[in-house]
Amino acid sequence: MKTVKALVITGFGINCEEEMAAAYKLAGAEPSIVHLNDIFLEKVSIHDFDILNFPGGFSYGDDLGSGKVLANKMKYRKLTSGKPFMEEMQEFIDAGKFILGICNGFQFLVKMGLLPNTGGTFQQEVTLTRNNSAKYEDRWVYLKKNPASNTPFLDGIDMMPCPVRHGEGKLIIKDAVIQEKIVDANLNCLSYCDAEGNVTSDYPANPNGADLNCAALTDPTGQILGMMPHPEAFLSFYNHPNWGQLKRQNPSHPDEGEGLKLFTNIVEHIEK
Amino acid sequence: MKNQIQILLKDFIRDVAGEGIRREAKNFLGIDTGAVKTGKIFTIMYDLTEDQIATFAKKGLQDEVIHDVYINSFYQNDFYKSFVLVAQKPGVTDDEGVSAQKTLKDILDLPLDTTTQHIYTENIYLLENSLSDDELKELAQRVLGNKMIQHFEYGVFTGQVDYVPHVSISGEHQMKTISLDIEDQQLVKLSREMVLSLNLEEMLAVKARFADEEMQKKRRDAGLPADPTDCELEVIAQTWSEHCKHKEFSAMIHYINKETGEEIDIDSLFKTYIRKSTEIIRQRLTDAGNNWLLKIFTDNAGVVKINDNSVFVWKVETHNSPSAIDPYGGAITGILGNNRDPLGTGIGGGKLLFNTNVLCFGPPHYDKELLAGQLHPKRIMDGVRKGIEDGGNKSGVPTINGSIIFDERYSGKPLVYCGTGAVMPYTFAGVHSWEKPIDDGDLIIMAGGRVGKDGIHGATFSSTELDEHSPQSAVQIGSPITQKIMGDFLQEAAVKGLIKCSTDNGAGGLSSSVGELATISGGAVVNLEKVPLKYPNLQPWEIFISESQERMTLVVEEKNRKALFELASQREVELSDIGYFTADGYLDVRYGAEKVAYLDMEFLHNGVPRKYMEAVWKKPQLQEPQLPSKLDFTKTLHDLMGSLNICSRENVIRQYDHEVKGKTTIKPLMGPDGKAPQDAAVMRLNFNSWEGIAVSNGILPRYGDIDAYQMSAGSFDEAMRQIIAVGGKLPDVMDASNRFWTVNDNFCVPDSLYHPQTNPDGKLKLAKLVQMNQALFDMSTFYNIPLTSGKDSMKNDFKAGKVKISVPPTILYSMVAKVADVRHTVTSNFKAPGDLVYQLGETYDELGGSELYQLFDELGANVPLVRKEAAKKLYETIMKANDASLLESCHDLSDGGLAVALTESAFGGNLGADISLDAVGDFSTTVALFSESHSRFVASVKPENRGVFEALFGTQAKYLGEVTAIQQLIVLHHNTKVIDAPLATLRKAWDNGLVQE
Repeated sequence: MKTVKALVITGFGINCEEEMAAAYKLAGAEPSIVHLNDIFLEKVSIHDFDILNFPGGFSYGDDLGSGKVLANKMKYRKLTSGKPFMEEMQEFIDAGKFILGICNGFQFLVKMGLLPNTGGTFQQEVTLTRNNSAKYEDRWVYLKKNPASNTPFLDGIDMMPCPVRHGEGKLIIKDAVIQEKIVDANLNCLSYCDAEGNVTSDYPANPNGADLNCAALTDPTGQILGMMPHPEAFLSFYNHPNWGQLKRQNPSHPDEGEGLKLFTNIVEHIEK
Repeated sequence: MKNQIQILLKDFIRDVAGEGIRREAKNFLGIDTGAVKTGKIFTIMYDLTEDQIATFAKKGLQDEVIHDVYINSFYQNDFYKSFVLVAQKPGVTDDEGVSAQKTLKDILDLPLDTTTQHIYTENIYLLENSLSDDELKELAQRVLGNKMIQHFEYGVFTGQVDYVPHVSISGEHQMKTISLDIEDQQLVKLSREMVLSLNLEEMLAVKARFADEEMQKKRRDAGLPADPTDCELEVIAQTWSEHCKHKEFSAMIHYINKETGEEIDIDSLFKTYIRKSTEIIRQRLTDAGNNWLLKIFTDNAGVVKINDNSVFVWKVETHNSPSAIDPYGGAITGILGNNRDPLGTGIGGGKLLFNTNVLCFGPPHYDKELLAGQLHPKRIMDGVRKGIEDGGNKSGVPTINGSIIFDERYSGKPLVYCGTGAVMPYTFAGVHSWEKPIDDGDLIIMAGGRVGKDGIHGATFSSTELDEHSPQSAVQIGSPITQKIMGDFLQEAAVKGLIKCSTDNGAGGLSSSVGELATISGGAVVNLEKVPLKYPNLQPWEIFISESQERMTLVVEEKNRKALFELASQREVELSDIGYFTADGYLDVRYGAEKVAYLDMEFLHNGVPRKYMEAVWKKPQLQEPQLPSKLDFTKTLHDLMGSLNICSRENVIRQYDHEVKGKTTIKPLMGPDGKAPQDAAVMRLNFNSWEGIAVSNGILPRYGDIDAYQMSAGSFDEAMRQIIAVGGKLPDVMDASNRFWTVNDNFCVPDSLYHPQTNPDGKLKLAKLVQMNQALFDMSTFYNIPLTSGKDSMKNDFKAGKVKISVPPTILYSMVAKVADVRHTVTSNFKAPGDLVYQLGETYDELGGSELYQLFDELGANVPLVRKEAAKKLYETIMKANDASLLESCHDLSDGGLAVALTESAFGGNLGADISLDAVGDFSTTVALFSESHSRFVASVKPENRGVFEALFGTQAKYLGEVTAIQQLIVLHHNTKVIDAPLATLRKAWDNGLVQE
């Protein structure tokens, strides 16, 4: 069985790289945390990895809008050799490899045009902006999977609890045409829902007021996943805010958190 | 050539920021703005072509899904009748402008200078209603910005914005000398005019030193003028400031206790009580062969051993004065500055693990007339909260625990306590991480942000009372992104063994950081002309003492210099080589060829005259109040749940990220609905083991109005019992598993120096401080729970004219204890119907200073007493019960007593309870429900464990009743129903106590 190699990008205010790397380690992969500049300087090549990960954080302090400055850097900067970084990304995707962006990572994937990329040309089609509450909030929500989604990241998941921790997580879709494409292709792979699994626009179950109540998007290939909630913050059962009562109800509850599933999914998918 | 770009939301995109401002204006100021449209203006001073500007606007700044963009013109619409423009004043941090510069450089691929400010950002607010200039000014100053740091324009928008906050300082570098050969009165005047904050005695000590013949000869030989230079006086003032030298904690104090007749001389509170207690504990640990105290009271933070691979570092500090003037800037600078303490301890480069914060404010509905320069408590609270949000969240450090205390006496100066914990590996490249070696010839490298005028006189300023003329340069705004990038770099450099050690540039700037490091090697040479500046023409002394943020001073060996600079350039961190350490005993500061300071280290660090102070304790004459005879307990409980010091902090807590890093397992709010307030926070240390820490805070200022000793001892107990509640274990010197506890003490007191006119009760205030220290010593040595670091803030008074608002003497104990396995911790909320409910510990008739009395505006006399022998016995029993997994829930009793804790445990679990108070003891219902006696808990136990549990606890556990599925709280006392309330209404009262919308 091949060892899956996960590249976890860091630098410039990204701050969830350690738990992201821990998730891959627990899922049986070999993670490497690498500073983005080491990629531009060609000290590390993304092609040596199977999954490229953009963790959460506050890149450039959310200045100019969350993820914007880092998205610009990746979209417009060239490697030392003169090759545009976006060409690297295109080759990585063409090779059938996977990309995951969480929270701030999702924000810059969207602003780089990698998600949802219905047009296939990396044009920005949606954005993530200020929550309707006008507040940054850390709270746990439930996510409902779109059963027709094709992304291997979400295999076998129906519903999962997860923390959201953002001030700019409201998805806004540019126009009706793009919205139709997203819905038709089931790219809106996770939605905010209530405890019973009903997709909802009601605050706080839906923490930000996103279009389509959407919490996560994939591209049409399913290789790229971006999501606002943080599965990497739910690697342990003891991350759950109600672990006390849940443990009482099931004293032999495993130590593992439900967020880990997403990582074992993709690692196992690549191993196959 | 100036270009301007405006970005604003398309008309069909909901402007949630604008909605928030409209709401705030209405609720807080009663001003009806109508619809508010927000926009941002970028003023670009780089020389760029029209095409370049257009490319930058569209690719770099605009989010095409939601934004319209205007280039060298502005959005105008007759629908909006007024506007407010908010810009930074010259020299105030403009991070967003800097980020725009960086993205401009990336997009255009131009070799632009991004280290100094060329792009300025301004916020523009268009308002539907036509408002008067007075209303707009009010809105600008009280909702949209702060006049200390921001420039406002308002009125009817003309479509033009001219203001550019460019910094321009004219004049040459000029070193001045100042003669001290003047009369005493003139010396005092000089100290005041230069904001030196030195008193006459200290000024005379400096004068005497400079009159010394031998010293004068050395100065001549070194090429210095006879009189002190401006830089020298500034350096002495910084080094001798209360902030840096803790002169009152080092003072000789004559203490008279009129209650007991005791009369003693205390040779330094710090040495006698704080350091002594830890030294005693360290000796006990060492004798037992289990010393986990690696570093105490030296360096930026204390260090304890976690295991053979890692150490724990942490520090709690205050940032009160700056937060009174600019709440946002003060708090964010406080939290980021506090982050740099563990980051700059020992070699440096620790990984930040968590933040905690404890805040003391005036009540948000404060309705007294504001004094000159005083900000409304609600503004202070909102600004501080936002500063902590940005400081923590943007740095990726979880804010896992905290507290907010309201008392009108915090309306002048708030207290803003910031704490940060970090983990360092046991060794970096083979050297113990907590050590700080420096040798003659090692390089002084400054890392991080550039130097400007910001924060000049911060150290001396925080040591004085505030008044309406407090200097604007005392305010700084932190930049979390600059610090995050620098912190990441520092961690990487430490792991690679490239830095020998480091320290933080905080109060006093380079003068303090280099000055203190130089005591290790025995001297330093600093070349100020090599310090990179934000803008030209700072005077040398300003460069040396500036407190510009996000800077660290690194000690680097010549052989690592190249590799370090290379790494820094790859990580986009600016380093500058500004001098080297020596062993000749002098702090030798130069600007180019000119010597601007030449001070002998011995005088600088040990020359400050000793303070002598007097303390006299007289017991206040207090008595218990008469409460209304027919107290409606159900109503009283609702009132308490909604009272300021008890009600929910959820709105605040949720705006802090308390789980980034993925390691927090007991968060501030838990349970099925995330509504159960917890006692201590619990965190794992890594993903490979279940080892963790519990973090708590104890603070009870109101008890100090009755008895300062019991207030301090009670606060210590409160912090301890929170850790016991979650399943922590008391230290045991015989235990070899590094079961460490570490405490930071933070004293915040009003001016305690007696003065017959300006501070007539100074001796009493100082006596309270003495007693607080005595309690600290007694508690710490009794439990073997050591203080490892701390801070004192001595002048928490706000003055305007003849009016003075002084904080009550306040002590915060912040504790961290190691937890062997986070899976075996206990949360506060009930778990299942049918579980049995107990009170653990004894109740006494102790309502003095309680929240109940506060409801009736009474103080009382019977302050809760700490009974440490009984408490220890109980805590040990709880530890045994947890070993046997007997406790389903455990919640410590504090504000509001048993009734409040029961309510929280019940609604926190979406459950109810049937309770009888009969077993609590022979007390009135009022006492049984609301007494705040220390060292008590509400716990729940599975019915099948009743026998084992009761046998273990004996009389320490009082059976109260059962957890019910029906969410109703029913309390009986002697067969009479005293409380019958739906938990939903109790929770609603609790939820809404602080909500103002």
